[in-house]
Amino acid sequence: MRLGIKLLLVAAVVAAAGVMIGFYVSDLTTLAGSPAYSVPVQNASSGHPVVNLEFQTVAAIGPKFSQNPDWVSYLIKTTSGWKRETVWNLPANATVHVTWLNFDGASGLRNPFLARPQGMVGNSIKVDGKTADHIDPNDASHTFAVPALGIIAAAPGVADDAKNQCGFAPCSLSNAHRTVTFTFHTPAKGGHFRWQCFVPCAAGWIDGFGGPMQTIGYMDGFLNVRA
Amino acid sequence: MTAVAATPQQPIWRRLIGFNLLTGIVLGIGGWYVGWFGAHAVVGPSIDYFGDIDYNELSVYLAYLGGVVGFLVGLGFFNYPFARLRGYPPSLREKETAGWTRYFGLCTDHKVVGIQYLWGIGLFFFIGGLNAMLIRTEQLSPHGQVFPMGTYLTIVGMHGTMMMGMMTSGILGPFANYLVPIMIGARRMAFPRIEALTFWILMAAGAILTTTIFFGGFPTGWTGYAPLSNEANAGMDNYVLFFALVGISMTLLGLNMIATILTMRAPGLTWTRLPIFVWGVLSTAVLMVLAAPVLVATLSMEALDRTAQTSFFVTAAGGSNYLYQNLFWVFGHPEVYILALPGFGIVLELLPVFSRKPLWGYRLAVAGLLGVSLLSWFVWQHHLFVSGINGDLRPFYMLSTELISIPTGFTFLCGMMTLWRGQIRFTVPMLFCLAWFFNFLLGGLSGVFLSDVPSDVTTHGSFFSMAHFHYTIMGGLVFTFFAAIYYWVPKMTGWELHQGLGKIHFWTMFIFFNSTFAPLFAAGFLGQPRRTPVYSGSLKFLNDWVSVSAFLLGISMLIFLFNLIWSLGFVKKPAVANPWASRSIEFQLPSPVPVHNFDRIPVFSSDPYGYGEGPAPNWVVPAGAPAGRE
Amino acid sequence: MAADPAAAPRRPTDSTNHGLRVVVAWLVLSAVATPLVAIFVGRLIPPGNGSVQGTEQVFDNTWMVSVVTPVICLLAVFFVYGLFSFRAAPGAAVVDGPPLRNDSQIQVLWIVITSVIVLFLAGFGSYELLQNGAGGGQGPNPVAIPSGPKMQVQVIGQQWQFTYRYPSLGGLESNQLVLPANTDIELHVTSLDVVHSFWAYELGVKADANPGVDNVAYVFTKGPETFHVRCAELCGLWHPYMFNNGRVVDSAQFHAWAAKQQKLYAAIKPFVNKSPDQGGTPYAHTYLPQPQRRAG
Repeated sequence: MRLGIKLLLVAAVVAAAGVMIGFYVSDLTTLAGSPAYSVPVQNASSGHPVVNLEFQTVAAIGPKFSQNPDWVSYLIKTTSGWKRETVWNLPANATVHVTWLNFDGASGLRNPFLARPQGMVGNSIKVDGKTADHIDPNDASHTFAVPALGIIAAAPGVADDAKNQCGFAPCSLSNAHRTVTFTFHTPAKGGHFRWQCFVPCAAGWIDGFGGPMQTIGYMDGFLNVRA
Repeated sequence: MTAVAATPQQPIWRRLIGFNLLTGIVLGIGGWYVGWFGAHAVVGPSIDYFGDIDYNELSVYLAYLGGVVGFLVGLGFFNYPFARLRGYPPSLREKETAGWTRYFGLCTDHKVVGIQYLWGIGLFFFIGGLNAMLIRTEQLSPHGQVFPMGTYLTIVGMHGTMMMGMMTSGILGPFANYLVPIMIGARRMAFPRIEALTFWILMAAGAILTTTIFFGGFPTGWTGYAPLSNEANAGMDNYVLFFALVGISMTLLGLNMIATILTMRAPGLTWTRLPIFVWGVLSTAVLMVLAAPVLVATLSMEALDRTAQTSFFVTAAGGSNYLYQNLFWVFGHPEVYILALPGFGIVLELLPVFSRKPLWGYRLAVAGLLGVSLLSWFVWQHHLFVSGINGDLRPFYMLSTELISIPTGFTFLCGMMTLWRGQIRFTVPMLFCLAWFFNFLLGGLSGVFLSDVPSDVTTHGSFFSMAHFHYTIMGGLVFTFFAAIYYWVPKMTGWELHQGLGKIHFWTMFIFFNSTFAPLFAAGFLGQPRRTPVYSGSLKFLNDWVSVSAFLLGISMLIFLFNLIWSLGFVKKPAVANPWASRSIEFQLPSPVPVHNFDRIPVFSSDPYGYGEGPAPNWVVPAGAPAGRE
Repeated sequence: MAADPAAAPRRPTDSTNHGLRVVVAWLVLSAVATPLVAIFVGRLIPPGNGSVQGTEQVFDNTWMVSVVTPVICLLAVFFVYGLFSFRAAPGAAVVDGPPLRNDSQIQVLWIVITSVIVLFLAGFGSYELLQNGAGGGQGPNPVAIPSGPKMQVQVIGQQWQFTYRYPSLGGLESNQLVLPANTDIELHVTSLDVVHSFWAYELGVKADANPGVDNVAYVFTKGPETFHVRCAELCGLWHPYMFNNGRVVDSAQFHAWAAKQQKLYAAIKPFVNKSPDQGGTPYAHTYLPQPQRRAG
């Protein structure tokens, strides 16, 4: 084979390999991840911002949001509607008012300890408007927990025989739901804190912790607290 | 005069549409669909593709198995069995004797299989190495966020799994397949088609593992511990199938080696005259044949747990996670000696050539190899010291693990005494062998720390144990792998590798390998756990140093790759038959070795280490010697 | 030109006593290096003196690194000396060395010395281990049990955090690990789902958390300190984040902490102790496994 042709062949193979590796690596940086959403600050006052964090949990995410339509998932309310993004940017030293709409039924907690809210203001949550310092662990549907900040909040589930239960996300207030509200503070120093659900709610996986329970963008995410 | 006529070479268009890799890939894809739809005929209609892989693991398994079978059909592995069923006489009719296309299909020439292995394993070694570079990129920051967490765990798992699966056959595949028949004076392996089968199964397995990330990856690392593996996404099935196929390939490879070495030695080649490399291959092959089936059985149980809702490893349903751990490590510990022993064989084989002295303590060296092989069965619970095994077992396994350093020491002694008072030539293969002493010393001594239970309490599951096995496996096996390449590739291809580039490759690889892994002993002692991209901020400098060294180590591999392509593809300087002045029989043959190895089967009179004992070679071909079996 | 192995002439015999030189150099180097390593490297060896078990591990590791030092010295001296003295003249024709194939005295000496080292290390390690388990998990039927009173703490691994139960405080559960100083603690490590591993670095404790199994480990705390708890067995997505800090505090602080936690725990306590058929959670009773259930 002539030298020129050989060089061209080697160059072509190296280029093809480079392109494939490039695609592979860039794929890896986004697979099973989630884009970040910056939760808007309500007041412009420096030093102690206030944000409203509103999210919902649904029994089946649906084909509009995912290739796995029957996975349970969180959705965040953004300025442009509900999105399946679980990486949230929050300001440091902020007061975060959380409103959580749960459209899913109960699975039950494996460890009843996690049914006791802690880490938020007053170590209690409001369930459908009523203050509660615990929920029935058997009735737990999902949790929102940030272990590094000591925050554990569990939401009770929609009753099995409730009317007008939500099918695929996004769910609206006219569907059967439970509302949980609480307030917590982000640390002054900032940091990168993971949050997760602790209820074994991934139906079809052994221990209930497979699939959506182990995938960022569904039942797991990050709080990026930026100083 | 050969006893078999060379197969006439067919025109290229005929070779392209015949049974070869292309046909294999096409039929493999077809087989994949057959398996997939076949599964649905059994378990019911599919929801949709992704719904399937969430809930219908059986279709995933049958699809991949169908793909592998289709691949093998397309390569032509079923042609001979069907021909025999129809009454054709036994033959090696696939043995093409010339043409580059025979490397891309089923060829029963053991030398072709050896070269196929070299390139195939090299390809997956580089893919595994790429994953290692990605791991070190993530580890640059204590809060590593280059890759999403689940993907990172898959990358870690892929690196380990790819390396362990592929490098197990890293020396036996390319070098034992090529050299063992020549070294024992035979024309072929005992089972040439099975030899080719082991290679192509391994390639199919590698393809399956590479695609795992697109099916959700797997979160368990290369050890695949249940019950986490039971709850993993469909990417786990790729892992299970990869390792099961690797296990089958390993078993057949070992079987072939044992049968060949036991039955096909030329006249006069008694056990005390066998080259030490062949002894290394034999002691490894015994482990392969006995350990790999345990892996296949374990993974079959895992597959059943994932598809048929059995509960081998699910405690709540009566199983036990300990079952998986014990079964895995009963395979896993002999597995790491499968990785290490061929390296011992290569070092002891090359040292006499480059010290110009006989191998010192031949019988002790053999005893060391066999002793390691035997003792490797009695140590596996040292991976489980803190897992909650019965407390009475721990002193016993501590003792047995410490004892295995005694036969390992024999290899050190024989190597060192071979160097003693020698005429040492620092060629590139020799440099890699000398580096083996340094690396395996550190690896072995760190193993002593890990075998001591009080010390293991802190170092188990930390970067210390990771540095230990990288020193023994990469410092031991991979360095000798490159020694073997520089030593034997001129013989296999007939072209020289550039020695200057080889020395640059060696020195950069040695320096940056140590620079990468030595600090990890410290990281482990300081409390950094394995498989974790999130670590204490005080360890950032250490991790950054290691990452930069790892990138430079990767570049040293690129230097090697450049040397390979440049020397074998462009410069193509013909190699002399015996560039190293070796007394071993393969270097008395032309480069590359002719198709039928020997015109006449030689008769051996001593081992190939007669340096300084006179000029007579250790083998002769008496007139009238039989032409040997084809 | 092919290098012809048959034509290599023998080098004239060298009468220098290389062996003596190597042995002397090795003895000198070892004599200097071993005490230096034992003293200066010894104090750096983890995991430090946070607990009695931690101190034992440091002692054990110091001994081992001191035994290993002469081995490294031997190989260092051998190779540095050997590779210089025995190198072939560069560029010259290939010359053979002397045909030395064996020396049974050296073989026997080597086997005896390596066996002695290995048996010593195994014996020494076993002695350390059998005193109180060296901080490692011993399964549900531990054999190395320290004498004296012990405080039980249950460590519950779950995906993906550790929680801790204190039977002696009325079954109090908390996500903080606080231990009283100068106390012998009996840790019962278990898991609710997959295999985790409880690793308290400064305390020198590591015990795997297996579902349905009670893995017992002992640690004798010393003075007040903060220690790091990490999961040391890959358990899924958030394994790398499965860590927290634990504290060893003096007795007064411990009781103050316990009182605060009791107040928090009171709300959920009724659910924990109720049996499933009375409306209690089905899992609450499955994770203090029966002591007689054997591991493996």
